[in-house]
This record gives sequence, C-alpha cells and structure tokens, in this order.
Amino acid sequence: MEPVISFKNFGFKYTVQKEPTLYDIDLDIFPGQKVLIAGPSGCGKSTLASCINGLAPFSYSGEYTGSLKIKGVEARDSDIFSRSKVIGTVLQDSDAQFVGLTVAEDIAFALENDEVLVDEMRRIVAETAASVGVGTHLSHAPHEISGGQKQRVSLAGVLVDDVDVLMFDEPLANLDPATGESAIELIDEIGRKSGKTVIIIEHRLEDVLHRDIDRVVLMDDGRIIADMSPAELLCSDLLIKTGIREPLYITALKYAGVSVTPEMQPAHIETLILNEADKARVREWFYRVEKPAAAPEAETMLGVSGLSFAYSNGHQALSGISFGVKRGEMTAIAGRNGAGKSTMCKLICGFEKQQEGTISFLGEDTAELSIKERAEHIGYVMQNPNQMISKVFIKDEVGLGLVLRGKPQEEVDRAVEKVLDICNLSPFVEWPVSALSYGQKKRVTIASILSLEPEMIMLDEPTAGQDFRRYTEIMEFLVELNRSGITVLLITHDMHLMLEYCDRALVFSEGRLLADDTPAAVLSDPDLIKRANLKKTSLYDLSRICGIDDPREFTARFIDFDRKARRGHD
Amino acid sequence: MTNLFNYIDRPSPVHRMTGAAKLVCLLLWSFGAMSSFDPRFLFALFVLAVVLFKISKIKVKDISFMLWFTFVFCMLNNLLIYLFSPQHGTEIYGTAHEILHIAGRYNITQEQLLYHLNVILKYLATIPIVLLFVTTTDPSEFAASLNRIGVSYKISYAVALALRYIPDIQREYHDITLSLQARGVELSKKASLVNRLKSASQTLIPLILSSMDRIEIISNAMELRSFGKNKKRTWYRHRAFSAWDYGAMILGLVILLVSVALAAFVNHGRYYNPFV
Repeated sequence: MEPVISFKNFGFKYTVQKEPTLYDIDLDIFPGQKVLIAGPSGCGKSTLASCINGLAPFSYSGEYTGSLKIKGVEARDSDIFSRSKVIGTVLQDSDAQFVGLTVAEDIAFALENDEVLVDEMRRIVAETAASVGVGTHLSHAPHEISGGQKQRVSLAGVLVDDVDVLMFDEPLANLDPATGESAIELIDEIGRKSGKTVIIIEHRLEDVLHRDIDRVVLMDDGRIIADMSPAELLCSDLLIKTGIREPLYITALKYAGVSVTPEMQPAHIETLILNEADKARVREWFYRVEKPAAAPEAETMLGVSGLSFAYSNGHQALSGISFGVKRGEMTAIAGRNGAGKSTMCKLICGFEKQQEGTISFLGEDTAELSIKERAEHIGYVMQNPNQMISKVFIKDEVGLGLVLRGKPQEEVDRAVEKVLDICNLSPFVEWPVSALSYGQKKRVTIASILSLEPEMIMLDEPTAGQDFRRYTEIMEFLVELNRSGITVLLITHDMHLMLEYCDRALVFSEGRLLADDTPAAVLSDPDLIKRANLKKTSLYDLSRICGIDDPREFTARFIDFDRKARRGHD
Repeated sequence: MTNLFNYIDRPSPVHRMTGAAKLVCLLLWSFGAMSSFDPRFLFALFVLAVVLFKISKIKVKDISFMLWFTFVFCMLNNLLIYLFSPQHGTEIYGTAHEILHIAGRYNITQEQLLYHLNVILKYLATIPIVLLFVTTTDPSEFAASLNRIGVSYKISYAVALALRYIPDIQREYHDITLSLQARGVELSKKASLVNRLKSASQTLIPLILSSMDRIEIISNAMELRSFGKNKKRTWYRHRAFSAWDYGAMILGLVILLVSVALAAFVNHGRYYNPFV
C-alpha cells in the first residue's frame, strides 16, 4: 500500500533560525492508521506537523532537505490550498481559530472559499455538524458554546472537505478531564467510521491512550527516536528519558517492582492483565510505603465565608461559598469552565465586589481595601503572560509595582535583583522581554508580582497549553516558592496538576463549592467526579484490580511516594 | 461595557433585511444627504432616521457613547467653521442680515446661522443611519454585503474580522487594566488626566502582543481552510433580496433623486436660499 504521508531523509530549517529543527526524518504513515506523535517541547513535533499541513514553509518560511510526499505528490510541488484538501488540521486553540461568527458559518468556511453554492453548502454543514454532535447549535455564537463544543466545530470545519488525513494539534490542551475523554472518544469514532488516517500530536499519553492507537512516534531533539506500538513503548524506558509522563498505573506498577511486558496489554488500564503474583506485589508495596504525613496546623490566611455574587446581567456566578486557605498551603481551585473559578479570583483581587459574604485576609475583612492594597497581600498572575507584560525590559517590568509605589531607585534595584535570583532570571536582567520563551515570560510575570512581597500568590491556569517539560518547570518553580513560605492558590482544570502538586482541592461546579478535600480523595469519589466534570484516575482502577479496597489511600500514598521519588531524581 | 461599534442582536424587520440592501440604501442616503444643503430636506431625513430607529428596536442607550462622540465632534466642527470663516454664510447666500456684531469680521448673521443649522442637520441626517446600519448588521453579513457591492472579499473579510474582535479586545483591555491596577497603576479618577493617559498607555504593549498572537492563529486557521485560494467565494449567509430589501434600496434611490431634484429644479443649486 502507498503511504499517505512519506518522509524520506527529511530535514527542515526555519529561515529565522541558524540550526535545523528537524533532522533525518524517515516516516511512512499509511492510510487508515492512527498515529500519535509525542515528545517534549522543542523536540520538533509541532514543526513536523507544520510540514505535513503546509504551514511550514508556506506560512513559516524555511527550507527542507530530502523528500516529503503527500499522497505520492512531492510537497515542494504543491501549495497550501491543495494540501488542505488532503490534510485537515484542528489547531490547538479552538477559541482563537473560530473564524465564523456562528457555528454554521465556521463549519462552512472552507466551503465558502471553494465557492460551493449556498443550498449545497447548507446541506453539507447540517450533515457534518450532526455527525460531530453540534447539529442543534448551528446558530450559536462562539461564546455561547463550551470548549469541547468549539473543538467539535473545528473538527466539522475540516471534515466538510473530505480530507484523507485528520491531524489534531494538542487536542486536550484546553479541555477539562471529562471533556477531554469524550474528545478522544469522538476522534476515535470519526476515524473508525470514515476510515481516515488520524494523527494526534499530544504529550498527555495516558489520556490519548483512552482509545486504541496503532503507533506512537516519539521525537526528541529534532529526530524520531522511537516508532512503535503503545504497549512496547510503555515497557521501555524511553518515556522517562524524554520526560514524557507515563500513565500513572504504569508508574505505580514499576514502583511496586512489577516488570511490565507487552503481553500484559498495558496500553489501557481496562485491558491490563496482571497475574496473582503481580497483584500481590502491588498490595505489598501499598502496605510497605509510609503514609503521607499530615500537614502541620497553621493559621488561616485567606478566609471566605458565605460568599455570593451575581453579574450585572443577572447571572448568579457564585452562591454560598465558604472556605479557608492556611498559611503555606498549595491549594487548587478546580472545576470546568464556567464553574465560577475565575469569578472567585476576581472577588479575591477586588476586581468585582460580592453582594453577600466576606473575604478576610489574616482575620481582617478586605471589604475596604482597594485593588492595589489587596495586591500587596495577594498577588494575582494572569493566565497569558503577554497580557501582563507592559515594559520592554525585564528589569523595568519586574520593578514596575515598586516604582509605582514610589520606592527609591536603590531599593527597587535591590528587590528586583533578589526576585530575579529567586526566579532564576538573573542572567537575563538586561534582556528585552520579547527575547524570552513562554515559560521564561511566565516567570517574569510571577517575578513582577513577587517583587511586592505578597504572602500569597494566586495563579490562573499557570500551565495551560504547556507540555510536560515546561509544565514541570513552572510547577517545580511554584513548589520552590511555596517551600520558601509563600501560600499558593492555583486555578486549574488539570487533574494531574492538582493531584501531583496540591495539598488541597476546592472543587467548584455551577457556582457552588462541591468539595474541599485532598486531591486524592476528590479523585476517588465517583459521584463528585461526575458532577464536576473530572475523571477518575487509573490508580483508582489499579487498586481495585489488585484487591485494595481503599483506592483513596492508595492514590494518596502513590502521590506522596512519587513526589519524593521525582524530587530525589533531580 | 460601553458599546463601540457592535452588532446588537434584536428581532426587528431592519435586522432581517440583507446587509447588501442596507448598505446600498445607506450609500444612496448618504450621497443624498451630503450633497444637499436644504434644511427642510435634511430635517425630513432626520425624522425618517428616527422612525427607522424605532422600528429597529435599537435604543438610544445602546448607542449613547457613539452619540456623545458625534455630538462633541459636531460641536467642534461648528466652532471651527465659525472661527475660521465667520462670513461663510454670507459668501454662500450673497446677503448679510446681521443680528449681532462682535468684533472685526466676527459677527452673527442669519446666513451664518442657517449654514450652521445645515451642518448640524447633516450630522443628524447621516450619523443615525450609519449607526443603525452598524448595529443591525452582523459582521459576517457586513462582509458579505461589501463583497456583493464589489469590494474584494479579502478586504471585506478583514473589515468584518476587525469589527468582530472589537468586543474581545475591549474585554482584554479591561482585564489588562485590572491586573495593572493591582500592580499599582492608578487608572481611577483619583489620578490626574495626564497620569491616567500615561497609565493607559501601559496597556498598549500587552494589548498589542496578545493581539499579535491572535492574528497569527486566525490567519493560519484561515489559510489552512483555503481562504484566498480563489478570486471569489460564496457566503453561507447569502440570501436573496426580499420585498423589504427592494423597498430599502428604492427608498435610498428616492432620497438621492429628491436631493438631485431639489438642487436642479427648486433651489437651483445645492443651497436652499430663503434670503433672496
């Protein structure tokens, strides 16, 4: 059979860069295959995807060596438009790529550009929308539908072209766990029904493996380092080497001393076969590892009591919220989009004023404090660093808050130096912000907040859209800050983040606080998981398989052990 | 949030008309109003615009910001006309009925007042209808209608996208100012106007940076879906003209014809001159 995509001795170099981004790529993808391309950030997987869909070199200029054939046609000889008839791409940010003003128009966009007549177009749009489950939302505007629905609309937008290959760029990046799971199911279903080739670029291996994958192409440093079945990959040590997260149950099995082999069908927890000896090993490990130490008692730093808030349009965003955050804690506010997480943040910062209830800081009511005064106690870091950085040079950016508070220059310089040191940004003091990577910019925004010496910082989706390496980099940095005594409050819909890093999770749903417990407990409560659009962890299933009747304790011990093991590595 | 230049979705006959017909009507209406200096005619157009507003269910409150802006601009325009040419009316109408003498060439004549009345009425006859068009035509319909009257679809789409992103950028601006306020930038009325302007300029860099991100993503998304491939494109929202649409275009034509007829047969020139 002819491969639909064929790389031979392929290399790619962007015009603006000195060194090539891709080297020696040899890869054949055959019709009907379902391929996962994984790898750490900067490994070249996005460039590989751009070469496949034509964004490189048509949009991002560059040159390539070797050969790339799409359906037998040398890529050099085609243009981006004819390419888009073969390769349909669903980009990462389904919000920003929404071109049309309504769902129907967005789906119709490619048809419009191909001059399809209106009646024909309406028919195709209606059929395609129905096939991905957004048939009843045709007249909705983008802000009226959820993130998962937007992604379905994007998918429909490429399906109207009857492409041969569907390519998904980080499809899970902006979705809550339950929605991500159904996205993977939908991709699988569409792929099966249509027989199209499916390429998924994603680093959340465990979540993608929720449905079968034929091959995993693993990349590192611009090269393909592995091209094998998921089962083989999970049994190797390549994931750990490249810094990709293994599925949690695989890690747990390895900790317990079980050697994972392809015969155990390890790609899904549902298909995993464990013999009695293996189960006994897991049980034994569970009883052997020490219990996580209980957190020491500390004073309440942030106290929220009886809080209710409605927007001026009448939308009741929060009702009856009460909780406390203790000094030194790292706490997650979790829940799906629209659950009230961001509103909670705005109220704490004083951007909005609650109608009922109080927010107190170290026992003092904050009602009379201005935005600026609150910021001296609780720093707020927005999701997108580009929205926060208003100075050209790092030094000025980090010192801005102090300068505006009228501090003398020497004091500002001293504080900036100290904060940059804490944030590992000292080498860049004189740099312009624009020269930094995304992760570094994020640290600059955190530094600019830390310069005011708040006792607590609050971060909105600190790792959104980041791959595992950058994610780890950002989170480990926050852990360090937390250890140095700063209380951290995170808004997230990333379950791994709260499981791995947070002491406590506040779960919001539809404006109410559903739970206030440890992440391990939250993620072992099937009822809560369902109501808050979360997903149970594979550890839950693993403990059941091994006959451990306390999945919550199993999860807690695993997390504690895992944290220690990983910190030990560093 | 203040409404700048946005589509306001309300069920009304004006909303239901196709964008192209409204645009044709708007253009004819504007030509008619621009070329005439007959206060009777301009006033009639103003009354007609008010009636159309009533039909469209767009309220004064929805467009209050733009109305204020127009008002200030109109007053400034009048003031400047008077300062630079206080005898403009006399030059046009050929007579001078002085009401009040101020100093030098600055006096107030009936002719000058009539001229200013005409200028004000021109604003009243055109601005409401422009606002009506903008608030009752959604951006994609607007793009389609520009394209239908002959503007290239790439330009049409760019205009529509810009209109569409205004609310998003407003929201982003709002978020950015809040985070800057938290860091100590004073944007409230406590600070002087100069300081506030200086502080507001701090939002520019983040606003531009995040808009650049947005532009890159949207242009990639558009290109990947064949935007710009052909010379023409079709529009999902394309609709055939209805009776209302023909009515609107005929109305526009009638306005232009009346304007021309007034100039040709009644006023013998663009100006209505009651002084001779």
